[in-house]
Amino acid sequence: MLPSVLLCARPLSTILGFTRPLANFTTHMAPNRPVEGAIRTKLTQQLEPEHLEVHNESHMHAVPPGSESHFRVLVVSPRFEGLSLLQRHRLVNETLAEELRTCVHALAIQAKTPQQWFSNPSLAKSPPCLGGSKGDHTVEEKLKAGSD
Amino acid sequence: MNYLMQSTVRCLRQRWSVYALREVDVQLASLAFSARLMCSAAKDLGDLVEKDKVVVFMKGTPAQPMCGFSNAVVQILRMHGVNEYAAYNVLDDQDLRQGVKDYSNWPTIPQIFLNGEFVGGCDILLQMHQNGDLVEELQKLGIRSALLDAEKESK
Repeated sequence: MLPSVLLCARPLSTILGFTRPLANFTTHMAPNRPVEGAIRTKLTQQLEPEHLEVHNESHMHAVPPGSESHFRVLVVSPRFEGLSLLQRHRLVNETLAEELRTCVHALAIQAKTPQQWFSNPSLAKSPPCLGGSKGDHTVEEKLKAGSD
Repeated sequence: MNYLMQSTVRCLRQRWSVYALREVDVQLASLAFSARLMCSAAKDLGDLVEKDKVVVFMKGTPAQPMCGFSNAVVQILRMHGVNEYAAYNVLDDQDLRQGVKDYSNWPTIPQIFLNGEFVGGCDILLQMHQNGDLVEELQKLGIRSALLDAEKESK
């Protein structure tokens, strides 16, 4: 009897949760860009990058405005030392496996070591869209998953 | 009476274990069937990627790519004078689309295979083109890159 009473004695605000300090969330979270936030958080946690850029390129493709389906990431991390391009990209893919499985349709990757980034600090550009996402039911499913 | 009940219980237990075994059999058979299907699909893809020296899984066709990244792959190969290769349009075949992703454990299209080996997607091919690795890899396949001739002419 007593323990359950003590439980109920928690402040109402804590139970309802709406006064939980935002410090619980990392600065990577953007309320209206959850997928981008998740990508940033996971890449930061897993690869400890010295430099990280996450670009939502969905607006360049045949998907509705506000979509989070097409991304370009630039990851500069010492974790890539000694790894082939394929190994580096697989590491990024594995880090973002859940997003790639559900809502991200395209992921362009640049994975550089700090030395490589120092020698050539440039972000590659994605090629122009040729409209393949339009009417593609796989993309539609991912857009739906992203909005859920 | 006791004996009757005991024998009934024994009989029911036996029937239940037979039923349970049958259920397990069915599930195992179904698993085995799925595994055989997957092995068969993987074998088919294995054959597909080894049939030709350069194999590309893309959206659209080399003549009409339906995706900017797939088009980039086509353009890079064209620059190297590689115009004859096996190109499979995944938009025509959803089983192939998922199958190749499972086979190479790679989540996106396009996908490039050289000599039966998965090389990567558009980003990797582009970097290989930029750093000269693609010329080397094509050479290993007995394909002379057109860029070597272009380089020769410019000298």
